[in-house]
Amino acid sequence: MAELDRSGERAPAPPADWTYAPAPESRDVVRLRDRYGLYVGGEWLEPAETYQTISPASEEPLAVVGQATAADVDHAVGAARAAFADGWSSLPGSERAKYLFRIARILQERAREFAVLESLNGGKPIKESRDVDLPLAAAHFFYYAGWADKLEYAFPNRRPRPVGVAGQIIPWNFPLLMLAWKIAPALACGNTVVLKPAETTPLTALLFCDVLRQAELPPGVVNIVTGDGRTGAALVEHDGVDKIAFTGSTEVGKAIQRRLAGSGKKLTLELGGKAANIVFDDCALDQAVEGIVNGIYFNQGHVCCAGSRLLVQESIYEPLVDKLKRRLETLRVGDPLDKNTDVGAINSATQLEKIRELVESGQEEGAEIYQPPCRLPEKGYWFAPTVFTNVAQSYRIAQEEIFGPVLSVLTFRTPDEAVEKANNTPYGLSAGVWTEKGSRILWMAQRLRAGVVWANTFNRFDPTSPFGGYKESGFGREGGLHGLEPYLRFDE
Amino acid sequence: MTERLPVKKTYKLYIGGAFPRSESGRTYEAEGQNVARASRKDVRDAVRAARAAQPGWAAATAYNRGQVLYRLAEMIEARLPEFAELCGGRDEVERAIDRIVWYAGWADKLPQVLGGSNPVAGPYFNFTVPEPTGVVAVLAPDDPPLLGLVTRVLPAVVGGNAVVAVASESRPLAAVELAEALATSDLPGGVVNLLTGFRTELAPVLASHMDVNAIDVTGADGLASDLERLAADNVKRVVHGRADAQSPWEIASFLELKTVWHPMGR
Repeated sequence: MAELDRSGERAPAPPADWTYAPAPESRDVVRLRDRYGLYVGGEWLEPAETYQTISPASEEPLAVVGQATAADVDHAVGAARAAFADGWSSLPGSERAKYLFRIARILQERAREFAVLESLNGGKPIKESRDVDLPLAAAHFFYYAGWADKLEYAFPNRRPRPVGVAGQIIPWNFPLLMLAWKIAPALACGNTVVLKPAETTPLTALLFCDVLRQAELPPGVVNIVTGDGRTGAALVEHDGVDKIAFTGSTEVGKAIQRRLAGSGKKLTLELGGKAANIVFDDCALDQAVEGIVNGIYFNQGHVCCAGSRLLVQESIYEPLVDKLKRRLETLRVGDPLDKNTDVGAINSATQLEKIRELVESGQEEGAEIYQPPCRLPEKGYWFAPTVFTNVAQSYRIAQEEIFGPVLSVLTFRTPDEAVEKANNTPYGLSAGVWTEKGSRILWMAQRLRAGVVWANTFNRFDPTSPFGGYKESGFGREGGLHGLEPYLRFDE
Repeated sequence: MTERLPVKKTYKLYIGGAFPRSESGRTYEAEGQNVARASRKDVRDAVRAARAAQPGWAAATAYNRGQVLYRLAEMIEARLPEFAELCGGRDEVERAIDRIVWYAGWADKLPQVLGGSNPVAGPYFNFTVPEPTGVVAVLAPDDPPLLGLVTRVLPAVVGGNAVVAVASESRPLAAVELAEALATSDLPGGVVNLLTGFRTELAPVLASHMDVNAIDVTGADGLASDLERLAADNVKRVVHGRADAQSPWEIASFLELKTVWHPMGR
């Protein structure tokens, strides 16, 4: 008794309310330059045209970056070609591996700096850039480093050769991670690279050039050209590029496929999705709710494989939707650099406009909208986590990729119906299944027409695990052994 | 003494396991015969038949698929002299038969060579398996008429796809003969559909068809660029193969890779 009394005296006074105090991550780990050029042949080229890149959370200008022209792209491809011919492609795999190992290590060492910059320029929560993007980016380089001198074991009875110069165009949702997914396998296979970061998120790619300097990568092996779609088009159209790897929208992917018709260039496309996240009545309900939240609100829903269509078995529809709505109330939306933030800023004004337009269409078509009460910052681009119920399969919000924190809830009765509805889309990137029954997981996995199937988890990635789509979600795989193939040609 | 008048064959299409004439009522003359000249509508019918047949074929056991394709080889061997007259001769038929046997043996080995398990960091059993892409359009090379067709169709079929193939335009009779062997091979109707006709007329319809998943343009001649452009409408897989190749990687070009994260726990 006495002991209890004493501990009572030492206990702090209970807080007046339970709101979180701000927990900002320090920005001073990042030293931004006012102006960045184009990284070509190991040097910074002064661009003829520039634009300003901002923080989507505050609209504050961060730096002036280059808008690479066709001439700049030509210069970069020339540098990549020279580096390819000048030793990189003939360097022993074991030596290429060491450069990649160095890059992996430096990314680990400078992880916090990159994480802060990623959140600053892209708007994603620091919790995610720190705990997901950076560890995975470093791991990706480490994984592919090990392949560089083992390529002949990957494809039985084939003789692998590098393709040449790879032109790579990446999106704004995981800027550094997508850079890693593109550059690591390309270099491991002996190619050289011209990479174009997304227009709105160029800064971590530009900082990555400093990692290349520290790793002493030979000049021209990696070239970074910033700019908008015009820069990407110049890269796609350049005759000196042997392979194009694109991650982005299905619309642009189709345009690239058309443009490359007859060119003989190798092509891989990682495009859009409208993934079904399928919840059976025998699932662990609370775990499923966490998975649903992670599936669609992770990275503000700016995820091509996001679980944007929730398919719930009818018998648990009400308890699940109740729990989901309650969970949404606890999501903290706000400053990406706050360590408590769950949902950050929408990446750009354009994207915010697209989300708004589709959400309006959902309301007009008759779906019921739910948004938890949350105060959004005045400056910057924000959208509250949103759930639509009473959604018909034909609604645009059930068909089109929104690429934002918007979930559409539909129901099913039988496993067959779940499969039918899940596959009823031109996309086929990913799917999720929630059930405690192992045999049902595998039964479902076999029938879902998607490149990645997560069971009792969602949005999980690993460098050893191939990623890529069926149908209009694209072709080719990134990650794992299968991620080498797009960067090799074979003498047979 | 009057000699017996032989009964001549009508050369027809092979769609959904049946032998219809072209719905257009058209024929063209090739190798001295009137051969069905398939229309856009015939292409669409063939794609529908292929789509309907594909899931059942893919769901058959790998052992079963291997045996069915092996039986196709048996059916051709039995009619070897007949086939030999319609193509480059006995040697071409023998090579085609042996190639079918070779591919038949891959049915139950593909996942072991092309897939695998992935050592992810986390409590998951993660594995990658090859799966059929779905409906595959094949433009067979003009020459060799039998071996070329077999070389392009077999790798697509053995992986569980259904095929709509356009036969050699100038030498289509071997393809019609092959259709008859297919019909007696236990291969479910619709898994392989064979069209004869004009490539320039049929190929663009296949390339732009929204329910075709992949197109093999090996026999496309000068059309390949245009077909590739049309193929982008639904992000088709475009396969540039070789007219005389034999490799599991030929099969792989008609396959998707599915990766599954299966949870582990006590």
